[in-house]
Amino acid sequence: MSKITSLADLKKLREEVQSKIKLRENSQNPDQMIQVKVGMATCGIASGARETMKFFVEELELQAIDALVTQTGCMGYCYAEPTVEVILPNKAPVVFGFVNKTKAAEIIDVYIKKGQLIDGIIPVTFKTIDE
Amino acid sequence: MTDYRMHLLICGGTGCKASESSEIKNQLDQYLSEYDLDQEVQVLLTGCFGFCEKGPIVKVLPDNTFYTEVKPSDAKDIVMEHIIKGRPVKRLLYKNPKNDYEVTTATNIDFYKKQIRIALRNCGFINPENIDEYIGRDGYAALGKCLTEMTPEEVIKEIKDSGLRGRGGGGFPTGLKWEITRNVQNDQKYVVCNADEGDPGAFMDRSILEGDPHTVIEAMIICGYCIGADTGLVYIRAEYPLAIERLKIAIGQAEEYGLLGNDILGTGFSFKIELRYGAGAFVCGEETALIHSMEGLRGEPTVKPPFPSVSGYNGKPTNVNNVETFANIPVIINKGANWFNKIGTEKSKGTKVFALAGKINNVGLIEVPMGTTLREVIYDIGGGIKDGKQFKSVQTGGPSGGCLTKKFLDTPIDYDNLVEAGSMMGSGGMIVMDEDDCMVSIARFYLEFTLEESCGKCNPCRIGNKRLHEILTRITEGNGTPEDIDRLRVLSEVIKDTSLCGLGQSSPNPVLSTLNNFMDEYLAHVNEGKCPAGQCKALVRYEINPELCTGCTLCFRNCPVGAITGERRVAHFIDQSLCIKCGVCFEKCKFNAISLT
Ligand SMILES: Cc1cc2nc3c(=O)[nH]c(=O)nc-3n(C[C@H](O)[C@H](O)[C@H](O)COP(=O)(O)O)c2cc1C
Ligand code: SF4
Ligand code: SF4
Ligand code: FES
Repeated sequence: MSKITSLADLKKLREEVQSKIKLRENSQNPDQMIQVKVGMATCGIASGARETMKFFVEELELQAIDALVTQTGCMGYCYAEPTVEVILPNKAPVVFGFVNKTKAAEIIDVYIKKGQLIDGIIPVTFKTIDE
Repeated sequence: MTDYRMHLLICGGTGCKASESSEIKNQLDQYLSEYDLDQEVQVLLTGCFGFCEKGPIVKVLPDNTFYTEVKPSDAKDIVMEHIIKGRPVKRLLYKNPKNDYEVTTATNIDFYKKQIRIALRNCGFINPENIDEYIGRDGYAALGKCLTEMTPEEVIKEIKDSGLRGRGGGGFPTGLKWEITRNVQNDQKYVVCNADEGDPGAFMDRSILEGDPHTVIEAMIICGYCIGADTGLVYIRAEYPLAIERLKIAIGQAEEYGLLGNDILGTGFSFKIELRYGAGAFVCGEETALIHSMEGLRGEPTVKPPFPSVSGYNGKPTNVNNVETFANIPVIINKGANWFNKIGTEKSKGTKVFALAGKINNVGLIEVPMGTTLREVIYDIGGGIKDGKQFKSVQTGGPSGGCLTKKFLDTPIDYDNLVEAGSMMGSGGMIVMDEDDCMVSIARFYLEFTLEESCGKCNPCRIGNKRLHEILTRITEGNGTPEDIDRLRVLSEVIKDTSLCGLGQSSPNPVLSTLNNFMDEYLAHVNEGKCPAGQCKALVRYEINPELCTGCTLCFRNCPVGAITGERRVAHFIDQSLCIKCGVCFEKCKFNAISLT
């Protein structure tokens, strides 16, 4: 530990350490956050959901997009795994099927950043996975 | 990967630590590294989540899953099911006692819904042994702001404008106290943090020190800057080993960063903090007794004035504040007085932490805005009375407070309303009683406590409380007279008026408030020889109704003293001279043949 000798030092340190607890702060009010839920049941994992999840976490962080990436159990769309549900603030959830890295990149660039829908949406007949 | 994608927060408060939360952490760490997840998932011990009754608590973020009563052996399932497969472990989820449904996320648990966390903002959120996490939560930003952008007068004005009042019991305006201490001229002054917490059942100060020690350190430095002191002393009871340890670690880290010591943040201001240990006497929480105890003298109060602000530790001006009071300071500086004073009631601003206990479903530590009603606290947050029983009374303010009845349930809680209702805020203990509690016995119980804790320096407190206790004992044993009730009242008033310190001045409160609110129970004891709640053993009688008794011999076999006689299939009989009134027969009888009168 080196000494903090000025207010500027303190502010710099705060910025550095803030990212370490940002995830905790963000999860306090998930409704105002972009939420990405990756289906990670057995079928999902077998079809590469872990890689998809990792990609989301890393890519969103790289692009400095504040989002909550979580995993959920089986969404019941095993034929389309890996499946990913994206909830933009104040919008209805959208579920994408067959999300590999390329698809994930497209979801981030087009749906998350611009709010435009893309191919591969699974028609949603339920509300959210948690219910 | 630079940052963790998941955080597992495990409660490391005293309550949960006692149930092996450290071992839960070890197990989780082990499984995570076994599955190569230790770079993706972070496990850390935090301070108390407040829901100690359901501890140990494990919270999973970002999905905010709240696990209760976790055992070390559950670690495997949490990793295998939740972390790898994304399925919450159902059996560990909190069940809503009202409908038995599992509640997945912390935000949906009734216990947390009406709470606003200011003093407890970091408890259960950060690792208290890591100063960086505190700094990441704007820690020491308030100190930086005060030292570099504000004069001491401006800081004091901000605290005054916030309306913050002392959380240690008295409710004295904090900003005003700082101003008074500042205005006394002296080359040496002290900041004292009162962490004695003697009110039985209260544990908010301990939880703050265990869960967020830096907030107290930061506030003490700010106070030192305002009043012109270079030394802070924390008076903490030796029975709080975990709080002491965390505080020591925190002081060490702040010193390493140069946030304590000489020339803080290059501003030329210097401040150091030392610990002083108390032996756990209730009276030592009283500020003058506390100061004497720190000086190595007997922990006895002295007459005020002089107030500590004028002549305190070693005769020097000393500003004494409570732990929770301090915990509010950094937030007030960061968010502004006008943010803070919008929370609460007209004369009581901000929030208050309460320790909920007694016959209530959700026992624990809660922080609510001033002005929340007792009903909201007891029924919405506390989940109502245990086992579907009837609410009878709520005791606030600990041994110095009073017992309030149903008619006060909708009273907004603040300093003045509670006093008006015949009780007080105290440090925030809140004990709920149900129909089975005898109010005379409750008053006697509190008197027993004050009697033991009285320092004995002055007669009204030392002798008066003893007499009060004797009279109450007489009543609960069935030997009370109607005159005793008058005696109780007169004696209580005298003790209140003539005792030296707050202990004696408030010790009759439990007696007076039960006299005022539950006179019928006192009268039943002295006039009819009955204890309506069935608690006073001398006044109850267990009898067997021969019409209902089938002679099953169950009571006969269970009576510990052989007071029951009778043949098989013949009605049994209780010998009253032998019966110790343990109630076992009453509970055992399957035919309702035993009655309690
Ligand atoms: C018998 C007695 C016990 C007390 N115990 C405590 C205590 O445990 N903690 C505390 O902060 N204040 C306690 N007080 C109040 C202190 O005397 C003092 O008012 C308080 O520490 C001031 O801090 P505050 O203005 O921040 O509340 C007690 C007072 C009395 C009369
Ligand atoms: S009132 Fe009681 S505790 Fe206080 S100084 Fe007198 S004897 Fe001691
Ligand atoms: S109350 Fe206890 S002691 Fe008395 S008769 Fe029943 S079992 Fe025996
Ligand atoms: S000690 Fe764990 S919740 Fe309070």
